[in-house]
Amino acid sequence: MTTICSIIRIHLRWIVRTPFYDIHKSLGAKIVNFHGWEMPLQYSGIMDEHVNVRTNVGLFDVSHMGRFEIKGQHSLACLQRLVTNDLEKLADHQALYSPMCYEDGGIVDDIIAYRLGRDNYLVVVNASNRSKDLEWISKHLKSAHVEDISDRTGLLAIQGPRASDLLQKLVETDLQSVKPFHIVDTKIDKIECMLSRTGYTGEDGFELFFDSSRIEIWDKLMQYAKIFGIKPTGLGARDTLRLEAGLMLYGNDMDENTTPLEVPLKWTVSLNKKQEFIGKKALINSRPSRKLVGFEVLEKRIARQGNKVLIKGMEVGFVTSGNFSPTLRKSIGFCFVPTEVSQDQSIEIDIGGKHYEAKTTSTRFYKRKQSMQ
Amino acid sequence: MSELKFTKEHEWIKINEGVAIIGISDFAQEQLGDIVSIELPKAGGVFRQGQTMAIVDSVKASSDIYAPISGEILEVNEGLIENPEMINQSPYDSGWIAKIKPSNIEEFESLMTKEKYDRYIGEIK
Repeated sequence: MTTICSIIRIHLRWIVRTPFYDIHKSLGAKIVNFHGWEMPLQYSGIMDEHVNVRTNVGLFDVSHMGRFEIKGQHSLACLQRLVTNDLEKLADHQALYSPMCYEDGGIVDDIIAYRLGRDNYLVVVNASNRSKDLEWISKHLKSAHVEDISDRTGLLAIQGPRASDLLQKLVETDLQSVKPFHIVDTKIDKIECMLSRTGYTGEDGFELFFDSSRIEIWDKLMQYAKIFGIKPTGLGARDTLRLEAGLMLYGNDMDENTTPLEVPLKWTVSLNKKQEFIGKKALINSRPSRKLVGFEVLEKRIARQGNKVLIKGMEVGFVTSGNFSPTLRKSIGFCFVPTEVSQDQSIEIDIGGKHYEAKTTSTRFYKRKQSMQ
Repeated sequence: MSELKFTKEHEWIKINEGVAIIGISDFAQEQLGDIVSIELPKAGGVFRQGQTMAIVDSVKASSDIYAPISGEILEVNEGLIENPEMINQSPYDSGWIAKIKPSNIEEFESLMTKEKYDRYIGEIK
C-alpha cells in the first residue's frame, strides 16, 4: 500500500530520453522514470487514452525499446539457438514472437524477431533488458554479429481500429496487403520507414521504425487528429491495454525464475524444431507446479503486483499484474496459482491485509471484433 | 463554515457547525489519476488523527486516506461507491469522503492553510 505522498514523490534521476521527449513535455505529459527512461505516463488521462485506443487510434512513443540488428553468416542458426520459437517458419518481411531462455528454462526476455532478409534480422527487446540481452545475444552469435541500433532509430506505435485507415493516408503501400506480423518498407513524405503490423494493445495496429532524427513523423501522424481521433497515449494506458488483451509484461508476469511453460507461452516453445535451443532440455524435463491465470476481483478493490493469492485461507500464489479494466469496468489481473486450479475457481486476494473475493479466469479479458483484415 | 485546511498527506478538511467534512485535495486527485474505487469507513467508526480511514484505488496506485483529525464518523459519501470518479471531477464538493465529529478541535488549528498548502505542494512539484 502506498500513500499519496509516495506517488507524488517521483524523484527523477538524470536519465535517458527518447527523441520525442520535448514533444511529450510540450503536450503536458506526466513523465515517469521507466527503467531509467523518462517516459510519458499519461497525457489526457489513462482512462481516456485507453478508451480512445479501443475506439479510435492511439499514438505511442516506444522508442525506449531495444532494437538489435543481427547480420552475417549463420544469423538464423545462431538465433534459432537463442529463441524457443521456430524462426525457420519466417519468410522475408515476417515477424515472430518468442521467449529467449537460459539453460534452466528461465526466461531471459521475450522478443519479436523480424526477418528482413537472408541472415538479416531485427530483434526488438524490452527496454528494461536492453543491456542484458545485448550481452546474452553477443555471447551466442559466433560468426554473425549484433549491433544495437536503438539510439539511431525511432519507434512509434499506432494502435486502434482506425490505425490502418489513418496510416493509409500517409503511405502508398496498400496496407490491406500487410498481414499481422508482417513488415513492409515504405515512405511517409519521403521519410524512409519500416512498418510492421504488430503491437501490444490487443487492437489492430502498426509499429513504425525510422531514423531517430525524423521526429517530424509525430506531427505527420497527429495532423489527422480531427479525422481519426488519434491521441498521444502513455505508458499507463499501454499497461491497462496489454493487461486486458492478456499480454504479459517481462518483469511482472515473467522473469528469469519463470519458464514459458508456467505462463501461457507454451505455443512459443517449439520442441520439434530442427536446431537445439538453449533451455530445451530443462523445458522437456520440467513439470510446472504453478501456472499464470487471469483473475477478477469480485469486490471493489484493485489487486496489485505482489498481493498474495489464497484458497480457503491458504496462501497458494501471488498477483503479478493487476489493475482496473476500463473496457470491462472490472478489477482484473494475472496471478500464479497451482497447476491443478481450474478456471472460475473462487480465490481470495490479500490487499493490504484484508482478503477480498476473486475468481480465476482466462488471461484474455478482451478480444477485439475481427476487422476486415 | 470554516476555511479549508490541509494535511501533508493531501487531505482537506473544513468545519461546518461543529461537523468536519473531509476529502482529498485537487493536487492529490490529479496525481492519483482516474480513481476507480474507494473503500469507505463505516458510520460510527472512531479514528485517531493520522489513522487510515479510507483507501482509494486509481489506475496508477492504491492509496491510504488518513483521518486529518480525531473523531467519530457521522456519515460517508455513499455516492462514491458507484461513482468514485466524483473525487476527480469535484474533489472539494461532490467528491467529499466523510463527515467526522471532531473529538479535539485543536488538531484542526494545527493543519495547513490553503496558502501554506500551496507553498508545500510547490516544493514537492
